[in-house]
Amino acid sequence: MSSTPTIPPLTGTITVDVPVDQAFRTFTSAFGSWWPAEYHIGQADMATAVLEPREGGRWYEQGADGSECDWGQVLAWEPPHRLVVTWQINGQWQYDPDPEHASEIEVRFRADGPDQTTVELEHRHLDRLVDGQALRDGITGGGGWPSLLELFAKAATNQA
Amino acid sequence: MDTNGVDGLGLLGDPTRRAIFELLARHPRTVGELAQHLPITRSAVSQHLRVLKDGGLVVSKAEGTRRIYRLNPDGVTALRAYLDRVWEEALTAFGKAAHVAPVDPEQEDQ
Repeated sequence: MSSTPTIPPLTGTITVDVPVDQAFRTFTSAFGSWWPAEYHIGQADMATAVLEPREGGRWYEQGADGSECDWGQVLAWEPPHRLVVTWQINGQWQYDPDPEHASEIEVRFRADGPDQTTVELEHRHLDRLVDGQALRDGITGGGGWPSLLELFAKAATNQA
Repeated sequence: MDTNGVDGLGLLGDPTRRAIFELLARHPRTVGELAQHLPITRSAVSQHLRVLKDGGLVVSKAEGTRRIYRLNPDGVTALRAYLDRVWEEALTAFGKAAHVAPVDPEQEDQ
């Protein structure tokens, strides 16, 4: 085949009225406090999720029964400006330990001012999750991020 | 946002279809099982499932007299649509947490 279609990365941006180091810390060390609990892969209800604060660290959920399920690992740990983790949860909603099937999430934190930070997220290499087998879907670009921005604007207003 | 025609993400703009999609993301179910979780009839569930199948997000398989629906496991569209939803909710939740989190270990030390 002369051309290999790629799956467009998912992207998202959110601006928060906090300093960049607080934004980074909330995203990482307080990860379990905000991640929506319904998005987990373990059989047990999720008690919390942990993103270990170092390169090579684990990213995993802890179940209410004490069990643990990996999600991925930390590839780049550059506080307070950049974080790269793998996402190895596949289309069957299971952890795939094969690093060749790992998608990547890069999160960048940019200080707009002393008390405002823009967070940019990119989830890329989605084709690796499905082993390139499903490109026949012929997916095109697009996403739900505009609605995210609307939700965020509401949330920010509510917090004010 | 505008979607040209019916793509996987556009299909989830309908709240009921999104609910069905998220129920199937947890585990495969029959029409009847889906209807138990939703305030709509089996017939309405079937109609939404047909749209999701046509869009490539959902597949079905007969098991005896039952027909089991699940997300298309080979479907990039399904996976990407689902992750798009995950990140939308996750970033919104993050934004709220960042604003309400006064915890600053360095300041606490002062």
